[in-house]
Amino acid sequence: MTRKKLTRRQFIAATALSSAALVTAPYVRGAHAAGKLSIGFWDHWVPGANKASTDIVNEWAEKEKVEVTIDYIPSQGNKNLLTIAAEAQAKSGHDILAMPTWWPHAQAELLEPMNDVVEGLIKQNGEVNGTVQYLGKAGNKWLGVPACVGSQIKGPCSRIDLMKQHAGIDVQAMYPAGSAPKADGWTTDTFLKAAEACHKGGVPFGIGLGETSDSVDTVGAFFLAFGAEVVDAKGNVVVKNDNVRQALEYYKKLMAFLPSDAPSWDDGSNNRWLVSGRGALIMNPPSAWAVAKRDAPQIAEQCWTHGFPVGPKGRFAPFLPYFWSVWSFSKNKPAAKSVLTRLSQPDAVEKMVAASGGYDLPAFEKLTTLKTWAEEGPPKGTLYHYPNPHKHQLLSISASPAPPKVAQQIYTQATLTKMCVRFYRGEPMEKTLAWAEGELEGFMRS
Amino acid sequence: MADVAIERNAAPRTGRKRASLRTALKRKSTAAFLMTLPLILLILLLVIYPAFYSLHLATLNKSMQRFIGLGNFQFLFKRETFWLVVEQSCIFAITAVVFKALIGFIVAHFVHNIPAKGQRKWRGMLLVPWVIPPAMSTLAWLWLFDPSYSAFNYLLAGIGIDRIPWTGETGWARFSVILVNIWFGAPFFMIMYLASLKSVPDQLYEAAAIDGANWWQRIWYVTLPMMRNIIAITTLFSLIVTFANFDIVRILTAGGPLDRTHMFATWAFRIGIEGGDIPLGASVSLFMVPILAIAAVFILRDINKRGNES
Repeated sequence: MTRKKLTRRQFIAATALSSAALVTAPYVRGAHAAGKLSIGFWDHWVPGANKASTDIVNEWAEKEKVEVTIDYIPSQGNKNLLTIAAEAQAKSGHDILAMPTWWPHAQAELLEPMNDVVEGLIKQNGEVNGTVQYLGKAGNKWLGVPACVGSQIKGPCSRIDLMKQHAGIDVQAMYPAGSAPKADGWTTDTFLKAAEACHKGGVPFGIGLGETSDSVDTVGAFFLAFGAEVVDAKGNVVVKNDNVRQALEYYKKLMAFLPSDAPSWDDGSNNRWLVSGRGALIMNPPSAWAVAKRDAPQIAEQCWTHGFPVGPKGRFAPFLPYFWSVWSFSKNKPAAKSVLTRLSQPDAVEKMVAASGGYDLPAFEKLTTLKTWAEEGPPKGTLYHYPNPHKHQLLSISASPAPPKVAQQIYTQATLTKMCVRFYRGEPMEKTLAWAEGELEGFMRS
Repeated sequence: MADVAIERNAAPRTGRKRASLRTALKRKSTAAFLMTLPLILLILLLVIYPAFYSLHLATLNKSMQRFIGLGNFQFLFKRETFWLVVEQSCIFAITAVVFKALIGFIVAHFVHNIPAKGQRKWRGMLLVPWVIPPAMSTLAWLWLFDPSYSAFNYLLAGIGIDRIPWTGETGWARFSVILVNIWFGAPFFMIMYLASLKSVPDQLYEAAAIDGANWWQRIWYVTLPMMRNIIAITTLFSLIVTFANFDIVRILTAGGPLDRTHMFATWAFRIGIEGGDIPLGASVSLFMVPILAIAAVFILRDINKRGNES
């Protein structure tokens, strides 16, 4: 066997060539030249809805040469909250994490400012509503990008036939598909009368009084309709005021017409109430209607999603936004911001809204008139008013305008529903208020 | 045997070291230690570290940026809901353990008296509630207690009894969570008591029968004294597990209505994870430690005393 001898010149030439190749290699645009990105999205209720986000992200990743991994984290059993808490403690995890309502504020110190992304999107897609600003901004810092996926309004979903039959209310005429609401007469008093009539007719309104989100959101919107603040924007406990007393009196009257077991309802109870045909109205995003469409089509055909009744201080509807936040310890912030910008483009939003059957709501005002809501059915137009296209009601969240970290405690401890239940069960008004005051003072910890 | 080493020169010392290592490895205690080492490491990692970490968390302020010593505990002591949770945890744990012990004791006697041939089937069937993961079986109970579609209420309606708000009224909700806990935990008592019953020598009963003891005297003077240790250990173990219960309450009532079924663990979760106040949540969960430690000291001391007497 002969052995080829390497000359000194050949050796130097080979070394120089390989060094040049090694030095220039990072600038060659390989399959994943722009690094890695891990995303924790909320796992959607609607079957197939995750696919829309996956497709948009994959398409972006291919173009930008980023290696992306996506985890869909469910909110059942609070797995998403546990993930947020664990990653915040470990200061390690996904680069982007979907955070519901209160969580951007709860983790504000650990989140990357997203001003450059959100301000650009506002210029492009229009303003965001006050609740998104309240929940997504700490001072001048945007804590996340308002996400379309998972954001929802929990407005009334009424049975057209039962409301006509028992309360004499034509919800379709009040909220016609394709045009502005004619709902001046849809007041809290009318609502109460309708609740009484439907109760007498054996189809009570299905409004929960438990400690889960749906119950808390509804009572919060009614409190705001009466101007009933329990903690003001500066963080002062102001629960002992006449507006709160008025709201409690109102809710006491309303509770008499609700199912007797409402204090033990969870977020699934109202859905079941509607789908089983036992009630004339629930407060929910269109997920209950979507289930009815599958399991009880004759009931779904009679459902109409519309606005809240107006109270002495205005018309408020609960809006629960999700945010896509980037951890300050994220290893690929430029890529994270780039993909979030992509996900917030009108065409991407339209795809996600369509994939969710109209459940998901973009926060930007120019994106509330997509064709999905106009066309979904049966009955056609049932979701037209769901995204509040005519800004007919103020989108709000229970316990606002208290500072978000205090409001989060009020919300999760369900202080407002507990006040209503205590008062309804015979506790004197002042005792209920004193109890609430004690609780609220406890929420002021920093 | 003692290892004695006399230092003379370097070479034999190395050889002797190897020999003593070999001897050490051959010792039963070393083998036992090595075999339990994975478990010790696991406990260190999953129990000891989190325990100390939660101690550390409990000394921080809400935003976890400042050390506040016992500030969280001082805060809790002033909260009405905290004392409500303490009271409920005690009611829940004591009631559930008493009934589990009672039912376990009675059923163990029944099973003990079944002829050996059919006993295995009964033992297996009675253990079913304890074998099913509680998160799963509680879901079934949740449907049975469902506010609007309760199967129990359907049956009650069939015999003309009005609907019961199983999880909607304070009293009924407490009853429901305790009932499910008893259903889940009684088989554990039953199997422990059954094992204990089987180890009571028949001669003692024969002697008692010759002395003219009736069934109650046989239980009081023979069975119970012979089962004392197992009763004490089972009670302690169950008390700890019941006090720290999370899944049953969380699934069935989530602490409601009006916080009237919250236990330490569920309230800690509500505050710490859902409410975002991890230090306060850690403090709530740590509050179980002194209560259970006192119970453990009393019960174990009694067992030691009896152990020494025997």
